[in-house]
Amino acid sequence: MSDTLNNGPVLAADGTPLKKSLARSLRVEKLRALALVAPLLLFVLFSFIWPIGEMLFRSVDNRDVGQVLPETVAILKDWDGTSGELPDEAVYKAFTADMLVAIDAKEHTKLGTRLNYEKTGMSSLFRKSGRKIKKLDLETDGPFKETLIKIDKKWGDVETWKVIQTHSVNYTNGYYLNAIDMQRTPDGVAVQPEDKRIMMTLFKRTLWMSMIITGMCVLLGYPVAWILANLPARSANLLMILVLLPFWTSLLVRTSAWKVMLQQQGVINDVLVWLGMVADDSRLVIINNQFGTVTAMTHILLPFMILPMYSVMQTIQPTYLRAAKSLGATNWTAFWRVYFPQSIPGIGAGSILVFILSIGYYITPEIVGGTKGVFISNRIAYHISSSLNWGLAAALGAILLAVVLVLYWAYDKIVGIDNVKLG
Amino acid sequence: MAALTPIFRKPFWLVALVVGLFGGFIGLFVGTANGSGPLGVLIGAALLIVLAWFYIYVLKDERAGRGITFAGLGIAGFAAAGMPGLVLGAIFGAIGGWMIYWMYEGRYRAYVPPYLTPGQVLWHFAFRVICGAIFVFLITPILVVLPLSFNAQDFFTFTPEMLRFDPEGYSLKHYRDFFSNNEWQRSFKNSLIIAPIATIISVSLGTLAAIGLSQSHVPGRRAIMAILISPMIVPLIISATGMFFFYSQIGNWMESTLGLDKNLVGYIKVVLAHAVLGIPFVIITVTATLVGFDRSLTRAAANMGADPVTTFFRVQMPLILPGVISGGLFAFITSFDEVVVVLFVGSASQKTLPWQMFTGLREQISPTILAVATILVCISIALLTTLEMLRRRSERLRGMSPG
Repeated sequence: MSDTLNNGPVLAADGTPLKKSLARSLRVEKLRALALVAPLLLFVLFSFIWPIGEMLFRSVDNRDVGQVLPETVAILKDWDGTSGELPDEAVYKAFTADMLVAIDAKEHTKLGTRLNYEKTGMSSLFRKSGRKIKKLDLETDGPFKETLIKIDKKWGDVETWKVIQTHSVNYTNGYYLNAIDMQRTPDGVAVQPEDKRIMMTLFKRTLWMSMIITGMCVLLGYPVAWILANLPARSANLLMILVLLPFWTSLLVRTSAWKVMLQQQGVINDVLVWLGMVADDSRLVIINNQFGTVTAMTHILLPFMILPMYSVMQTIQPTYLRAAKSLGATNWTAFWRVYFPQSIPGIGAGSILVFILSIGYYITPEIVGGTKGVFISNRIAYHISSSLNWGLAAALGAILLAVVLVLYWAYDKIVGIDNVKLG
Repeated sequence: MAALTPIFRKPFWLVALVVGLFGGFIGLFVGTANGSGPLGVLIGAALLIVLAWFYIYVLKDERAGRGITFAGLGIAGFAAAGMPGLVLGAIFGAIGGWMIYWMYEGRYRAYVPPYLTPGQVLWHFAFRVICGAIFVFLITPILVVLPLSFNAQDFFTFTPEMLRFDPEGYSLKHYRDFFSNNEWQRSFKNSLIIAPIATIISVSLGTLAAIGLSQSHVPGRRAIMAILISPMIVPLIISATGMFFFYSQIGNWMESTLGLDKNLVGYIKVVLAHAVLGIPFVIITVTATLVGFDRSLTRAAANMGADPVTTFFRVQMPLILPGVISGGLFAFITSFDEVVVVLFVGSASQKTLPWQMFTGLREQISPTILAVATILVCISIALLTTLEMLRRRSERLRGMSPG
């Protein structure tokens, strides 16, 4: 017995030190876990995180101008736009040379579209001039200053060159400035003209309406969660179906249902007219405005408020309330001082969830919101599919994403992301 | 539920007060519909109070009393307004008759703790009425769609024929349109192609990853979890914007370099995009199930000579199956119901059912949408039932009583 008691390291069965052996098996275990996670992680990184990163990059990317007009941008750098004088012949010559290359590659219209976001008319200027510049010869047709101004007198306008100069940087904050109703000008950052200021209104409206929707959800969800948590299990389960059925029903179904309900010739108006509460010729306008959006979205997001509240309230002992009352508290005091503080985590979790969901909503405002009840996401969709100003769409998306990530972080702090429950 | 409080008969004034209020409330609606609100309130209240007096002091037979109210008010309603009147009158009569005896016999008190003051009892019921109203708000929009989908007209509202319960007012033509119209059929087929494939991808990858994440030593567990759940947190419109740029490049690359068919590439793009969106749901449900999984079972299996693959399929998988299936259902419904991403990533030949509904709602409003909506509601009821059954099974397996 005494010869096994030496001072050397403890050995495993195969003779290696136990510490080393344990470390090795731990490493294997870690590797195995990582190997199981890896395929999915790579998939999500590649097809979700990367696209979002690319979108963020696109919101500052402005290499179009520099790529299409490399020479011009280089020379134009030294030109002082504030002097009020046109750039000299060298710029015009470089511009013609760049354009000839660009027209061959059919890239000049792309540039026109890009600059058109900053100054209307640029798109047609590039398209029209392109056709004529194509026929010019770099060797023989000089001087180009006069020729270009003859082709279109906008080339003799200092503003045109100022726009090209201002937006010739490779990485711009211009889209972000546009996203908050500002713009890049030759003289620095400035506020957009009055008639173009819509983004801040939309941002404010999105936040404000999301807050109203969250508030409505708390107001309507609290009693329901309370009654679900306090009824006997059998009846609570039955009532739970009434909460879960809307939760599981397709979003489009619920949105179309609200369209059916809220229209001027819709169910609510019909009932009110039939009851004589509203005259037939003065039916309520409750769709295509903010009221419509708030009502429909409150209905759609209510289950997301009730479910977390319910799971918190289930854990609150009903005996606490009884104890408070037997100690002499009134109904209100017992509720407000004993029950309500314990239910706050549920309210917090539900509110953040509903708020995050509602500021990014697109479908419902699009259908029941009209023009007065749309959100910032509708503007993003508009810039993606109609105006094709993708840089601006990306910048708007990035701002929205930043807001959501802050809220997500708060949610993680309050609730913990592992505690998200479904159904 | 057993009665908590012994009950005794209540004085007539209390009965009269409550049923009078109820009658007046209903009378208000009937009255305004017929020209005069206050008169309706008076008549409604008086009607119920007189009935209550008659039943309590003269008739003294509960069953007869309730029958008379039910039938009498139904017939009165029919005489006044036809079929809808019959239904509304009968409902009003049934509730009114029940309420008179519920109050008079003191039955309302039976299931409330005996120590409550009258004010607390009142609040108890008022609170239930408020909750009932919220439940009505939750469920009405869905219920309204169902009858409207059988409308014989191309309207989004109830026609007079429908309100008379005239068979002429109802038809299956919107359902026929859905099953015969090429546009709808193609979009339905697309949904049935895209959603299952996306589900299979997210469930298989997601289950593996959830098992990996539930091991005791995973480096960077929180960060990995945050990344995997992010598709659920990031607003759809932002995901869609990002994917729009990304998949248009990927699509071009697949078409030009790999030489794939344009249509096929479109499906691949949408399926991959939807698979990512479904992953968080699978991860969440499967990790939740794994929390209750007894790890010594896998060790026991390994002890008896099973290799990891056998252990997984024979021991672990059957036990976590409810979680996997419910995660799969979530992923399926996410994809089946998704419209923003497919709107941005897909092209016209990948038009899914929600996309078709969305364009339908925005442009040509056709009641076929309501027929589709009804079908989808039925599908979600089926899904809900499946989930509920799975939940009970999983609780039974874990030794909890079905609650």
